[in-house]
Amino acid sequence: MDDAKLDALGQTIVSALPGAAIGHSVAFNQLTVDVEASKIVEVVKYLRDDPNCRFINFTDITAADYPSREKRFDVIYHFLSPTLNARIRLKAQADETTQVPSLIELFPGADWFEREAYDLYGVFFVGHPDMRRILTDYAFEGHPLRKDFPTTGFVEVRYDDQEKRVVYEPVRLNQEFRKFDFLSPWEGADYPVLPGDEKAGPKV
Amino acid sequence: MNEQPENLRNFTINFGPQHPAAHGVLRLVLELDGEVVARVDPHIGLLHRGTEKLIEQKTYLQAIPYFDRLDYVAPMNQEHAFCMAAEKLLGIEVPRRGQLIRVLYCEIGRILSHLLNVTTQAMDVGALTPPLWGFEEREKLMVFYERASGSRMHAAYFRVGGVHQDLPQKLVDDIEAWCDPFLKVVDDLDRLLTANRIFKQRNVDIGVVPLKEAWEWGFSGVMVRGSGAAWDLRKSQPYECYAEMDFDIPIGKNGDCYDRYLIRMEEMRQSIRIMKQCIQKLNAPDGKGPVVVADNKVAPPRRGEMKRSMEALIHHFKLYTEGVHVPAGEVYAAVEAPKGEFGVYLISDGTNKPYKCKIRAPGFAHLQAMDHICRGHLLADVSAILGSLDIVFGEVDR
Repeated sequence: MDDAKLDALGQTIVSALPGAAIGHSVAFNQLTVDVEASKIVEVVKYLRDDPNCRFINFTDITAADYPSREKRFDVIYHFLSPTLNARIRLKAQADETTQVPSLIELFPGADWFEREAYDLYGVFFVGHPDMRRILTDYAFEGHPLRKDFPTTGFVEVRYDDQEKRVVYEPVRLNQEFRKFDFLSPWEGADYPVLPGDEKAGPKV
Repeated sequence: MNEQPENLRNFTINFGPQHPAAHGVLRLVLELDGEVVARVDPHIGLLHRGTEKLIEQKTYLQAIPYFDRLDYVAPMNQEHAFCMAAEKLLGIEVPRRGQLIRVLYCEIGRILSHLLNVTTQAMDVGALTPPLWGFEEREKLMVFYERASGSRMHAAYFRVGGVHQDLPQKLVDDIEAWCDPFLKVVDDLDRLLTANRIFKQRNVDIGVVPLKEAWEWGFSGVMVRGSGAAWDLRKSQPYECYAEMDFDIPIGKNGDCYDRYLIRMEEMRQSIRIMKQCIQKLNAPDGKGPVVVADNKVAPPRRGEMKRSMEALIHHFKLYTEGVHVPAGEVYAAVEAPKGEFGVYLISDGTNKPYKCKIRAPGFAHLQAMDHICRGHLLADVSAILGSLDIVFGEVDR
């Protein structure tokens, strides 16, 4: 589908669902519709059942973390319509306490994807019958894909030969995690202090 | 289960994580009522490596090798999705020879994956010979991988803007020479399995998925084609130069394990058809030329240039330290990987590292339906169904 058709489709969806679908945009030949998190089920039901949409193939649920925002998460849904041969992306804003309704009644395939979003980001889905962690360890704490979660994590495991079991210990690194900042300072990188300048004392 | 007498109870067993038919590190908690499966609870994540978190820390170039380690049976197909996502954001088009090489190697990846799946699924239901025959051909294909990229499996050959290096003519000729004898191997496998009584007893009418369910469970690839959907991203949303290739999409009628097996067999033959066309086009005059975009802000200069040109040297240094700055935006790019729709959802904030990279693995969606498909089947069917879902844990656990 070309951009004009996608734009028209977006307009149809937004006007058909006042209050639930807030706005739409087309970029890179892909349609994005912003939705209200609490009304997501209504929107998806419309997209699935409306004869002009038929987004019957569930593709993906994920989240993105923007810690500086008031509602820090974007919950992002992807659907595919084999009839229109088009994809759609829905975006809903949420924070740590927002209860996002689960899609599991409409799309059973949402099951693991919602568990994954909960596991990795800590987005809560209500109406999901089995909200366990999925990818991380059985007693894992924290939500690793949040931007404030360190890449090295907090605990490490090893097999203890004396105790004959796997033990969990705080992470001990022999070398500090090396994160290189290669952004060139003369190409618009926005630093409060130039890297290295913090070593110099205050100017007298 | 309430009407059961008190001395009868369901039996719970652990299938895996160290079971050869679990295709990796899957732990299935099976609840059995006699020999009938009452509930399946797959526990995944034993191979979780935090790929998506790691990619956020790396430049776009450094992210590519992680994709080899997802579905390690067909590495280049994954790289392809990531490169396409980055290229969409950058707004660049791959030169024609680069596209042809990509398609050629994607089809090699498809054969690699289907060979492994078809033959090991046969092993799961009791046949030992097919994997031995199939692995011989896989070995030859891996040599083609190695001759192009220097590595049998973790190729890192597709780059943003094209492929890393051009193929030597001898390699193109050798791949061409491999095609026809391979069709004979497929025929041999066909004779071993397709009409085999035991193989049919174990697969026909097992794990039936109606089309409507396939769509709403998020299935893709062979899993929807087996249920009768004429849907293949290479045809319906053609990327690279698939639009000019002439090939057929086999679809199934019954949506059972046997149909999925038949589709995979036919897809291997169709892949050979595509590969032959690629080689023919690579050898044609308009198939010669650059394999990667000429823009040195995206692709590194050639080694020879760097010896002479100061500018090339600077470009090289900047590319391998700072990397490519990808314009801000978000994009979802999907390829028809051997296992289904492999998608990469990329959010860029304009810096040299992805802000977020979600990997949408087909196996993840397929495996979650295990409970739904297996209920009411016998215990022995679990391994047949698991085999026909084509699961590789690298991509499921990420």
